[in-house]
Amino acid sequence: MEVALNWYLGLSAILFSIGTLGVLLKRNAIVLLMSVELMLNAVNLTLVALSQSMGDADGQLLVFFTIAVAAAEAAVGLAIVIAIFRRKLTVDITEINLFKF
Amino acid sequence: MDLSQAFSTMAADLPAIFSMSVVTVAGLVMILQESLSENDRPIPWIGVGALAVAVVWELVHLGDPAGTAFFESIRTGGFASYINLIVLGSGIVTIILSVPYLDHIKHAYGEVYAMIMFATVGMLMLGTANSLVSIFVGLETMSVCLYVLTGLIREDEGSVESALKYFLLGAFSTGFFLYGIALMYGATGTMYLPEMQGAVPEGSIMFWAGVALFLIGFLFKVSAAPFHMWTPDVYQGAPTPLTGYMSTASKAAAFASLILVLFYALPDERWSLVLSAVALVTMIIGNVLAVSQDNVKRMLAYSSIAHAGYVLVALAAGTTEAYAGAMFYLLIYAIMNLGAFGVMAMLEWDGKEGRVQSLDSLAGIGHEKPLLGVAMGVFMFSLTGFPPLGGFMGKYAVFAPAVDAGLTWLVLIGVLMSAISAYYYLRVVVVFWLADAEDTPEAQAASRSFVFAGIPVKATIALCAVALVVLGVYSGGLLEMTFGFFEEGMMAATP
Repeated sequence: MEVALNWYLGLSAILFSIGTLGVLLKRNAIVLLMSVELMLNAVNLTLVALSQSMGDADGQLLVFFTIAVAAAEAAVGLAIVIAIFRRKLTVDITEINLFKF
Repeated sequence: MDLSQAFSTMAADLPAIFSMSVVTVAGLVMILQESLSENDRPIPWIGVGALAVAVVWELVHLGDPAGTAFFESIRTGGFASYINLIVLGSGIVTIILSVPYLDHIKHAYGEVYAMIMFATVGMLMLGTANSLVSIFVGLETMSVCLYVLTGLIREDEGSVESALKYFLLGAFSTGFFLYGIALMYGATGTMYLPEMQGAVPEGSIMFWAGVALFLIGFLFKVSAAPFHMWTPDVYQGAPTPLTGYMSTASKAAAFASLILVLFYALPDERWSLVLSAVALVTMIIGNVLAVSQDNVKRMLAYSSIAHAGYVLVALAAGTTEAYAGAMFYLLIYAIMNLGAFGVMAMLEWDGKEGRVQSLDSLAGIGHEKPLLGVAMGVFMFSLTGFPPLGGFMGKYAVFAPAVDAGLTWLVLIGVLMSAISAYYYLRVVVVFWLADAEDTPEAQAASRSFVFAGIPVKATIALCAVALVVLGVYSGGLLEMTFGFFEEGMMAATP
């Protein structure tokens, strides 16, 4: 059975919103990182679904780049989180507040 | 698409990515040199050499007619060469300034220079992108390298905190940016900017939502309000020469890309109002918050927000003259800010990337280091927009077309804000030259063990200052050239 495009778009919009809310509401830097990954993967779903329905390969091409970028970002992000954990022994972003107005 | 000719077409397109290839290969050679050899000394100079080769190449191709390469993925020709020159030149200046600076703070790793090279490749791609895919790849290559460079001094909590903030907010904005690309693609069925304009379905909410998300991503990267919150923290905590790089080259590339998007894909009156509002808020926030800053790096961060606002005034005007003015302004701004951050890098004594030292602790430094003092004076007057320096011509080039386009109210605010900016810029000059170190307790308490500025550094900073004076007096040719990039035929939509 063919699933309509709108269902895919709806699902990815919901996943994207969950990711966004996660970034806005959570305090743990690792959870923030995971939320950002969720956002990127939600967009991947959109791109693949659109690409499939239009019969155009460009969207799927971008997905490959997105996967690579997400991996690079995760590597760099975790390295930064480790560096900050070594200094402050916490990854709670509300306690990382050296800079003020 | 017929792929039988693909390889011969791509081979013929190789000159279009000459700069990118040279810089990439040099970056890889630098990493190998770092890991295989004990001698790290030549690494930065390999980078400078490769960037210089690329600069020569781009200078030769500055007059080329516009075209595209690699199946319309990137643009070639005058516009591309011009923005590549800004990026490559900033790269050279940054590496030269970084060498003594990183030695001084004992973080002279060869990988730093390789990361600068890879960030440069990302910017070269971003500034010349002709499709949403290349924009995304360029932007992310640049950003990921900049996250690493920000957190370079990992023993210092300021540096890692900056990196964490930059990374989390940058990755968050990437999510919006990518969703914007996906929705624009879904609505128009194409990733290529020139094809997008004609392919927008009437009243497509999907497309406009996509553009809004896409612009959020861009405005974040150029630190326009209300997406500017990361800028002061990141600029204050990052190693100073690299802050200069972030604030100039990455912004120049992002703005060039935004100009291409607006020029090809979104030549719509409706964006003018949105961009005017953003420009207004950005100019006000940047200038007003800069006034109360005691740390020069943080002040320069707010000032860079304000300058993003000035460029956005031109983008809001949306005429060919305005885009040309914005391109000219990006060059002037790159020179001014690289110089200002360069001087601050050489006047750093706190061993914490200059994030805790106050302006007053540098009282009377002009008499001690006349060359840096005079150069800083030129940069500050130019940033304020005093004639006959480059900053004045740049501001004129972005404001005059905006008046012609009917945005007089916005330009009035801009000029008013420039007047406010005189206070905090000129305060630096006053403290450098007129304040007395003996009477200032903060200057007495400061250790004032500065980076040793050798001949290359002094020559680079002096060159920036001289360039500003020259561009202020003689800028007609350059403005005409940037205008030529946008003329009919020069920017042919498809080859």
